[in-house]
Amino acid sequence: MALATRTDPERAAQKGPRQRPEPPRKPARSPSLIGSVWRSTVGKKAVMAVTGLIMLAYLAVHMLGNLKIFFGPGDFNGYAHWLRTLGEPALHYEWFLWLVRVALVASVVLHAVAAYQLSRRDLAARPQKYARRRQKSSYATRTMRWGGVILGLFIVWHILDLTTLTVNEHAEPGHPYQNVVATFSTWYGNTIYIVAMLALGLHIRHGLWSAAQTLGTGRPHRDRALKIVSTAVAAVLAGGFIAVPIGVMTGVVS
Amino acid sequence: MRLTLRIWRQHGPNEPGAMTAYEVDGISPEMSFLEMLDTLNEELILRGEEPVAFDHDCREGICGACGMVINGQAHGPERTTTCQLHMRHFSDGDTIDVEPWRAAAFPVVKDLVVDRSAFDRIIGSGGYISAPTGSAPDAHATPVPKPVADTAFEHAECIGCGACVAACPNGSAMLFTSAKVVHLNVLPQGQPERESRVLDMVGAMDEEGFGGCTNTGECAVACPKGIPLQSISMMNREFLRASMKGGRS
Repeated sequence: MALATRTDPERAAQKGPRQRPEPPRKPARSPSLIGSVWRSTVGKKAVMAVTGLIMLAYLAVHMLGNLKIFFGPGDFNGYAHWLRTLGEPALHYEWFLWLVRVALVASVVLHAVAAYQLSRRDLAARPQKYARRRQKSSYATRTMRWGGVILGLFIVWHILDLTTLTVNEHAEPGHPYQNVVATFSTWYGNTIYIVAMLALGLHIRHGLWSAAQTLGTGRPHRDRALKIVSTAVAAVLAGGFIAVPIGVMTGVVS
Repeated sequence: MRLTLRIWRQHGPNEPGAMTAYEVDGISPEMSFLEMLDTLNEELILRGEEPVAFDHDCREGICGACGMVINGQAHGPERTTTCQLHMRHFSDGDTIDVEPWRAAAFPVVKDLVVDRSAFDRIIGSGGYISAPTGSAPDAHATPVPKPVADTAFEHAECIGCGACVAACPNGSAMLFTSAKVVHLNVLPQGQPERESRVLDMVGAMDEEGFGGCTNTGECAVACPKGIPLQSISMMNREFLRASMKGGRS
């Protein structure tokens, strides 16, 4: 009776119980690029990679600008004013700055929403934990989520402190050099800033390498180079930012 | 060797389970981990207790049927399958924790046996070619450059054991899916479905409830066949390329 095991569609239709017809498929909607990318875990990660790189590019410029503080109040305050007049007369006063701010807010929001949605999904994918677990991932990798939350909170404080000057006690509008010195003359200003910059370094160390993987540039033969570049960029950025509070604390900047 | 085993016991899919301790004696260092479990099961049967259920088939490290988390590591301390892990890597008097693969997409069937049919559905969604390849001599009719053949073979080594999912903190199936996608997408025979394959297989993977990739790299460390972590990056590239092309080839 070997033949009886054959699943010939005609025979199955004649002999077996009538199979229920397949429900009609949804009409094939032409898949929109953005929609299908955002719905997939791979696509959402690509959004995180691109927005992360946008923020990283901004941070590189921001860090270099910060270092102007070592050339004195004239240089630093002049640079801050120049940023507001950049693009004139094509752009109005401060328009360039606002364009950058809009792009950054969009990047932060997309990055955070994607991270939140992916994290929810990741945690749900392992409902039952292991009784015993041996972690092999790096510290930077394991701290991406909470490190990201710390950075988000830091950005809020940083804007209230040095942009809107809401929480900066001795701040004067239009005097960024003096305001920076005022912030780093307090113990809490230094602590918050340095902790956040160390978190930033860790976040970039994994994040930049991870973005390269997510955007499809990772290959076994260039993995070492990508890791070295990520670690170097993370160290230079964190070091460059931390140089400012160190400079104020040691009296180099006053 | 005398060992204390703490094994996850669970009667059925929706029943509660717990780690249960057993003592085994007379284990020789030459035994495989599965033979050690066989020894335990023989004792359990003689005592009238339910033996520990676990998946196994070839016991040669090539089929991908066996797999359990041993002391917190998928397939245990050596880079091989559980059947090829030998007791010489443990010491007399050790306590060994044995758990099933833990993932929402891999529900426990019984004890250490999980349902991995989610992998079959991912394969069914695109892990095939439609090009007729004929018999062995015909295969040479389509020349494949050596580096491409090497990449394809490296990824074809995946045996679908699920250790990557078990090791990943997110229960992600990216390494498995990428091994299959890269294997076929680099070959000339895989080109007709190049775009639909990666989009459909990633879609099927997401639908099964696996987590996403956070590039922790734990999957590639656990993989008994050495599928490289960058396999995932190669699939990401295929996915983004296919998305840009508008999806269907």
